[in-house]
Amino acid sequence: MAAGSGVAAESCVGQVVLPGDVLLLPVHPEEDGERLRLGAGAAPRGRLLCGPGLRRCAGGLLVTKCGLLRHRPAGGGAAGGAYWVDSQQKRYVPVKGDHVIGIVTAKAGDVFKLDVGGSEQASLSYLAFEGATKRNRPNVQVGDLIYGQFLVANKDMEPEMVCIDSSGRSSGMGIIGQDGFLFKVSLGLIRKLLAPKCEIIQELSQLYPFELVLGMNGRIWVKAKTVQQTLIIVNILEACEYMTAEQRKQALAKLSGN
Amino acid sequence: MKATPLSNCERRFILRAVEERKRLDGRQCYDYRNVRISFGADYGCCIVELGKTRVLAQVSCELVPPKPNRPTEGILFFNLELSPMAAPGFEPGRQTDLLVKLNRLIERCLRNSKCIDTESLCVVAGEKVWQIRLDLHLLNHDGNIIDAASIAGIVALCHFRRPDVSVQGEEVTVYTPEERDPVPLSIHHMPICVSFAFFQQGTYLLVDPSEREERVMDGVLVIAMNKHREICTMQSSGGIMLIKDQVLRCSKITAVKVAEITELIQKALENDQKVRKEGGKFGFAESIPNQKITAFKMESAAVDTNNVEEQAEEIITKADPPSEVFAKPILHTPGTAQIGEGTENSWGDLEESDREEAAEEEDESEVTALECQRMETEDTSTAKETKKDEPIVLSDSEEEEVVILEPQEPPKKTRAQTNSKQENTSKKAFNKRRKKKRAAY
Repeated sequence: MAAGSGVAAESCVGQVVLPGDVLLLPVHPEEDGERLRLGAGAAPRGRLLCGPGLRRCAGGLLVTKCGLLRHRPAGGGAAGGAYWVDSQQKRYVPVKGDHVIGIVTAKAGDVFKLDVGGSEQASLSYLAFEGATKRNRPNVQVGDLIYGQFLVANKDMEPEMVCIDSSGRSSGMGIIGQDGFLFKVSLGLIRKLLAPKCEIIQELSQLYPFELVLGMNGRIWVKAKTVQQTLIIVNILEACEYMTAEQRKQALAKLSGN
Repeated sequence: MKATPLSNCERRFILRAVEERKRLDGRQCYDYRNVRISFGADYGCCIVELGKTRVLAQVSCELVPPKPNRPTEGILFFNLELSPMAAPGFEPGRQTDLLVKLNRLIERCLRNSKCIDTESLCVVAGEKVWQIRLDLHLLNHDGNIIDAASIAGIVALCHFRRPDVSVQGEEVTVYTPEERDPVPLSIHHMPICVSFAFFQQGTYLLVDPSEREERVMDGVLVIAMNKHREICTMQSSGGIMLIKDQVLRCSKITAVKVAEITELIQKALENDQKVRKEGGKFGFAESIPNQKITAFKMESAAVDTNNVEEQAEEIITKADPPSEVFAKPILHTPGTAQIGEGTENSWGDLEESDREEAAEEEDESEVTALECQRMETEDTSTAKETKKDEPIVLSDSEEEEVVILEPQEPPKKTRAQTNSKQENTSKKAFNKRRKKKRAAY
């Protein structure tokens, strides 16, 4: 394998990287030698987080997906900074800890089978709801929508989902209501919408009130007061993929003018 | 792969929307989606897009012995395939009900309506006839496959040209397209299928259902008609009970839609004919638009400037190690090569060298890139006061083009940078954009 010499990771932040690129990490001066803690002067050395699209290799980080390289500098807690690759795709691969919207396809004894858009169907136990006991089962039918998170998700086993967090509370997860509409967008758009202070959501919320559930598997559930309003929101969110900020503002201005 | 199941809330929502006469994409109940027809470079090849549903049609012909019970007629063969890329539920090699139904509909629509004159396909009675084969491939499934497939089929058949044949006594000569122009098929009329989706036991009807609406509908009625208001075939499936009144209404709507679509087809065929006759560019490469993947990308310069990076990179990697250090300064934005600060504008004379020598792009870029590098090295190493001396120093090197590096007044520094930008972009678009470059000056 002809390995090109690696490029320093900091210099590639914000640029397109391709699979096979090697990124060199800065070598810490305190690696060898005594680590004398000089009180407030010494900077704590946290662990560098290697995010999606990157893998650790001998020289540094090996890129496995094409996209833009991003970096979050160290700060706040023990995190020593994080690198990851922002890539665009529509096909979802289950990842542990992701919150997703699943469609119930079958009820098999004590377990529901959900379709989450991955290669295998996820399983969800009926006890994994808040306040569920053997006598008090949740009222779930085939075809219902469930918002939950992955407890187990690796490529060798079927993923498992739960609708409670580690402390036993639902924290927003569970069965999604009967009305509203479900549609699919690309994964990149979901991540954009989930970012804090997302412009799109703020601008939309000024149009009319609506409920929104975003699943990391590309599925969005929307509910507004009337069918017309719901359809408008659906179409705007689907179009956000290809619209620039100005076009979106124009479209929303036209709508709020009506 | 299994198809994604339809959730209850989607089903309920779509039914409610239909009751309120609203469709998911904002159409009216009787509206068709946008029909787009594009032709390939070969005769008889076309892609029809009905909204997001795409069907590819290809017609081919072959000389074969005729069927024994019909010695004077040509043979028609129709085949529709559902490609696995069209929808996750389609698997290769599995004969589903949907596939059988669609194939039967296409056969009835195109064969039984006798829209193609099979007698004209006979070459030698009882011995040689033309076999016309129409292959339809579904590339993307967003509802209403049959409409898109029927439009694609008839357009491809109208577009197709078979080789010319002449029979002299016993001898049959088949001319190649170079010897004699190929001949179109003899087509009497153009049958087009129109689908109607019914909801709530026939109370509501939608024309041209999309994929979600198809999943929720009770049943579908397909009417194939031509522009002379002749019904070629009719099929109702799904077990809905329709009354006479509804069927008549549907056929009236079909007549209107078929007239519009036939007009569109005629225009598309004429356009393609015109382009081919005028010697313009035709084929899929011209008609498929560039689709943006994300809206939030930087506006990059014209495609030609990308070559700068590749070629400059090549040169840099071939050059000595020190040049690597300057890789960044040289190519820090696409389309712009920064020569460094404090250099006079020497690009003006470069234009003359462009005109004089019809040099290849690579050579020129190589030279420019090399000059860039050298100027960089000079800049960083020497003081700025020796500006005027730099070109003279460089003229000791091997290249002839160095003649261009005549010193000009320092105040033109800023102009140098903008000029260099224009120069670079225009450089790479050497042959095509010469006019633009001149205009820039």
